[in-house]
Amino acid sequence: MSAADYPLAPDPRVEWQGAKRRYDLVKEAVLALVAVSLLTVLLALVFSSPDDKPVTIANWAAVAPKDFVATALSELDGTSGVATYGPPYTHVAGAGQNIIGGLSIQRALGVQIPIDPARAFVLGPLAIPAQTDPTLAQALLAWNRATPAARMAWATRYAKAVDQGAVVGRLNLSPTDYGPVPTLMANLLVMARSGGLDGALNQTGQFYQTNFTKALLFLADGSYLEARASQQNLLGSQWGMMNETGNFPGQAWLWLYTFWYQVPPFSTSENADAQIWGIMGILSLLFILLPFIPGVRSIPKWIPVYKLIWRDYYRTARQANAP
Amino acid sequence: MSVEPEAPTWTGRVRDAGVAMLPPDKLLPDTQPVYVASWVYVFGVLSLAAFIVILVSGAVIALAGPTWWHTSSVGHFVNSTHLWSTELFFFFMVVHLWGKFFMSAWRGRRAMTWITGAIAFLVSIGTAFTGYLSQQNFDSQWIGGQAKDGLNAAGIGSFFNVLNFGQMLLWHVVLLPLFVGILIAGHVLLVRRRGVVPPMPIDGKNE
Repeated sequence: MSAADYPLAPDPRVEWQGAKRRYDLVKEAVLALVAVSLLTVLLALVFSSPDDKPVTIANWAAVAPKDFVATALSELDGTSGVATYGPPYTHVAGAGQNIIGGLSIQRALGVQIPIDPARAFVLGPLAIPAQTDPTLAQALLAWNRATPAARMAWATRYAKAVDQGAVVGRLNLSPTDYGPVPTLMANLLVMARSGGLDGALNQTGQFYQTNFTKALLFLADGSYLEARASQQNLLGSQWGMMNETGNFPGQAWLWLYTFWYQVPPFSTSENADAQIWGIMGILSLLFILLPFIPGVRSIPKWIPVYKLIWRDYYRTARQANAP
Repeated sequence: MSVEPEAPTWTGRVRDAGVAMLPPDKLLPDTQPVYVASWVYVFGVLSLAAFIVILVSGAVIALAGPTWWHTSSVGHFVNSTHLWSTELFFFFMVVHLWGKFFMSAWRGRRAMTWITGAIAFLVSIGTAFTGYLSQQNFDSQWIGGQAKDGLNAAGIGSFFNVLNFGQMLLWHVVLLPLFVGILIAGHVLLVRRRGVVPPMPIDGKNE
């Protein structure tokens, strides 16, 4: 044991010339793989994994018809979440979050996934049964020919009637007050409950389908999905992004991202998403470039965990370098 | 008959450069400096092992298709191994990361080792996230609906649509794992090339 074998201040820039010991890297890797595999199987056997069935439009329309119709109406009259969302879905002047001041990447990129809510969620799907239903075809024609003011008046009155407890799907409401809206809504509800709307929302003109954007946006505009998420503690205000359904661990590594949504000013900001993404972008860059950031890169010197990690080496080095 | 000297081939040049950069005894040494003697060193290889278990369990699910695990008890078990190996991967990786931070492991021209590791960690978060989106259950629906707002606000949602199952599944099973794999491979090769960072001086100087 010599001082050369155990330098007190080894230069990290030059290859290690001090004492070495036998170390079987391949054996270590194989043992690690076996150990992790066994631990994984054990955890899977004991705890399993969650798989809550997805919400379907049919399910929503059957369990919460009032919420379903109210959402469909908001798509029809242009007051829904998607209709007022702005880029990348809809053209809405000024809509889109600002990262700082009036700077909005969302607005700058514009509408890349265009959606016409009334057509995508209500009128388009209803055109399918209208091919064999003259009354429905007539109602669609009446809606399409009406002025925007008339459409808004019908939809507003109907929404109020539904809100006040009118039986959803009742057809004998006065056409003067409600226009074709009762017919449209009653048929959409029937179509949804049958499962037909699930298929209609996902069709893109291709035989094979893998894109659920429209159906998910429609679901997200209602309250039913959110109510279920709330029961599972998945809302944004409940640290939702890092939680999983049931008592399973979720994406715990998203804790810092989720944290910002819980504290002011982000918890009440209309631009919270853009601001938090901006913050996380900067923090991620600092994390990557940490070796070059004065102060931060010196923290390990001030919190001497390294003395614990290399305690055996330091003990031997002191003995080897003792006068 | 004498052989005329020929111009070196591209293959030969790549081989020579590779061997010069990482000779076999440096790539797979059977000795290590004496200071490599702490449990904290194990978390790097444990992260690698967990990554392999994730790839294997994911590959088994891929063999039968994305809906298999919803309808088969065997499939559900394989999905559970995929989930738990992911949880272990992140746990090991975080301990490894903190260990390397407190060792100031970027010292001595090892900054790129830290950088590749940090990027691998961030890309792994994206890979796990797309996995949650590809589950095809209530969790996927809710996470997609929530995440779209952040991604749209950052401008990413215009070309990375979390509500497009097909797109997310392909990112999850092809693009992101490939990226993580390349980063991990580069990270490990850098560790082998530069060697394990030696202890800091006891007085903390020589950062």
